[in-house]
Amino acid sequence: MTAKGIHIEGLSKRYGEGDTAVLALKNVNMQVAPGEVVGLIGPSGSGKSTLLKCLGAVIDPTAGRMVLGNEVIFDDEWKVRDLRALRRDKIGFVFQAPYLIPFLDVTDNVALLPMLAGVGNDDARKRALELLTALDVQHRAKAMPSQLSGGEQQRVAIARGLVNRPPVILADEPTAPLDSVRAMSVIRILNDMARRFETAVIVVTHDEKIIPTFKRIYHIRDGVTHEEAGEGRSFE
Amino acid sequence: MISLAGRDILHAWGKFIFTGIGLGLLIGVTLTMAGVYRGMVDDGKVLLDNSGANLWVVQKDTLGPYAESSSIPDDLWRSIRTLPGVAEAANVTYLTMQVGRGEKDVRAMVVGIAAGEPGTSGWPPQLVAGRQITRGHYEAVADIATGFRLGDEVKIRRNHYTVVGLTRRMVSSSGDPMVFIPLKDAQEAQFLKDNDAILMQRRRTEANPAFNRPGVPGLLDAVIASQTSNNSVNAVLVRIQSEYSPQEVAEPIRRWKRLTVYDRAQMEEILVGKLIATSAKQIAMFLVILAVVSAAIVAFIIYTLTMDKIREIAVLKLIGTRNRTISGMILQQALVLGVIGFVVGKITATFAAPLFPKYVLLMPIDSILGFFAVMVICVLASVVAIRMALKVDPAEAIGG
Ligand SMILES: Nc1ncnc2c1ncn2[C@@H]1O[C@H](COP(=O)(O)OP(=O)(O)O)[C@@H](O)[C@H]1O
Ligand SMILES: [Mg+2]
Repeated sequence: MTAKGIHIEGLSKRYGEGDTAVLALKNVNMQVAPGEVVGLIGPSGSGKSTLLKCLGAVIDPTAGRMVLGNEVIFDDEWKVRDLRALRRDKIGFVFQAPYLIPFLDVTDNVALLPMLAGVGNDDARKRALELLTALDVQHRAKAMPSQLSGGEQQRVAIARGLVNRPPVILADEPTAPLDSVRAMSVIRILNDMARRFETAVIVVTHDEKIIPTFKRIYHIRDGVTHEEAGEGRSFE
Repeated sequence: MISLAGRDILHAWGKFIFTGIGLGLLIGVTLTMAGVYRGMVDDGKVLLDNSGANLWVVQKDTLGPYAESSSIPDDLWRSIRTLPGVAEAANVTYLTMQVGRGEKDVRAMVVGIAAGEPGTSGWPPQLVAGRQITRGHYEAVADIATGFRLGDEVKIRRNHYTVVGLTRRMVSSSGDPMVFIPLKDAQEAQFLKDNDAILMQRRRTEANPAFNRPGVPGLLDAVIASQTSNNSVNAVLVRIQSEYSPQEVAEPIRRWKRLTVYDRAQMEEILVGKLIATSAKQIAMFLVILAVVSAAIVAFIIYTLTMDKIREIAVLKLIGTRNRTISGMILQQALVLGVIGFVVGKITATFAAPLFPKYVLLMPIDSILGFFAVMVICVLASVVAIRMALKVDPAEAIGG
């Protein structure tokens, strides 16, 4: 009954109980098709992170329905037993800061995810290298994260988000620390990868530089979303 | 799967090595302390072995001659020797005192050995240099730990002795090296008074009408002679005939001579259980403190190392790392720290032990126990850090 990508219907999230309760998401509806990159934009405190956390299965939504790929993961309650495995296999995360593991080299930072999923070290590294090549950082494969530039680190982080071929990528302010050239290159990479791996991508951002690149944008304010067509400007 | 702990250690090896060395020095001190205790026990056993005795005959109801003072008449040994099962009985005196070496003095246990031949109970069983005492007076055999060399002069009280032989590891139960001298000399040394004291006593005796009776010639001289000579020894060392049991031989001595007799096991119990019991408790306290300090250090280091990685741990959890994997990483790091510490500690103790003035005996069993204790301490110390890591919320990686 569902297509691939992300489907969110009537999602709400309440923090706390009684007088101090905060309704951070109110009946949110959202669709992202495979291969599509949508923007999620809103002022501070509007509920962007809460939405990512619900989708990322690190907090429990209060009510609603979430479908990833063709699997109903939440329908007023979790439908998946192992949320850890869900995160590992179905969701790629890209953060504002790259948060690479400082004691692993670039290859192993990326290969760690397939390894955690039980893939053998050699195969995992091969997969990591493919992605690093796709993202044009293969020449730094043996480097430690501290030896990379900010843009290189962010590309490695994207490679890590993609390496398990998840149907969904959640990116939280992925371009914030980057200048406009690098920011554009990250957006281009996300679009390329989304198309190539049929991944649905949600990018939370404030970044004026990249907002015009989205074809569709969800605005969120006080926990309520409404959809808008974006400019879909070329980023090449 | 790669070893996260191993990679982190390789990445921050300096921190691990330096902390490991610090911890290792502590562990080295701990192993050495255990060695000091073992050394004390061993000193006691060697003391008993070297005496060559099977039974120790001492003053009634005392724990002599090593743990308490004991005084028995020096002619008792003759009658003990005639009892069934006794192969040999020999007088012996022990007195711990300062003996003069040149301008300085050293603490030593002066052993008075009965006239006889090498192999007599109480005699040093082996020499590393020189010869045994052959003359009845003014010769000494000293342990090399006293610092004496062959031909040196030993000053004991007012008398000078020539060192004719040297021993090794002949020490008292408190680790003082021994100096062997003839029994007669030793008896004199134990009760020797200075000339003024002898004169004073003589005058007091003369002034006492009970001893100085005009009608009894010779009485005064006899009394004074008995006052100035000393006819006591501290113990009689008894060697038994092989077909007798120690108890069989000891029983008649207890009953007929009204003396206390200890066999080897009882003597060991006195030395280990009573004489060094307080020192052993002291050392046990140190061991407890050192264990607590080591645990605190490991806990603190592992805690800080984990604190520094909170962000990474949140990310690891977010991308689906199991709690078990994360706990394992912290635990392995604690254990590696423990292993480095133990190796450094063992090396330190091995090199430090011979430098101690008293005998330090590093027993393999203590090292093995120490190793397991270190591992247990490391496991316990990592609990705090593991609990903190398990509490880290993967949502933190996404942030506000
Ligand atoms: N753990 C929490 N407990 C209570 N309230 C929270 C918590 N996290 C976020 N909120 C509230 O939910 C609302 C949405 O927050 P958030 O999703 O972080 O917004 P954004 O990411 O858009 O800045 C805010 O009012 C915030 O105060
Ligand atoms: Mg936010």
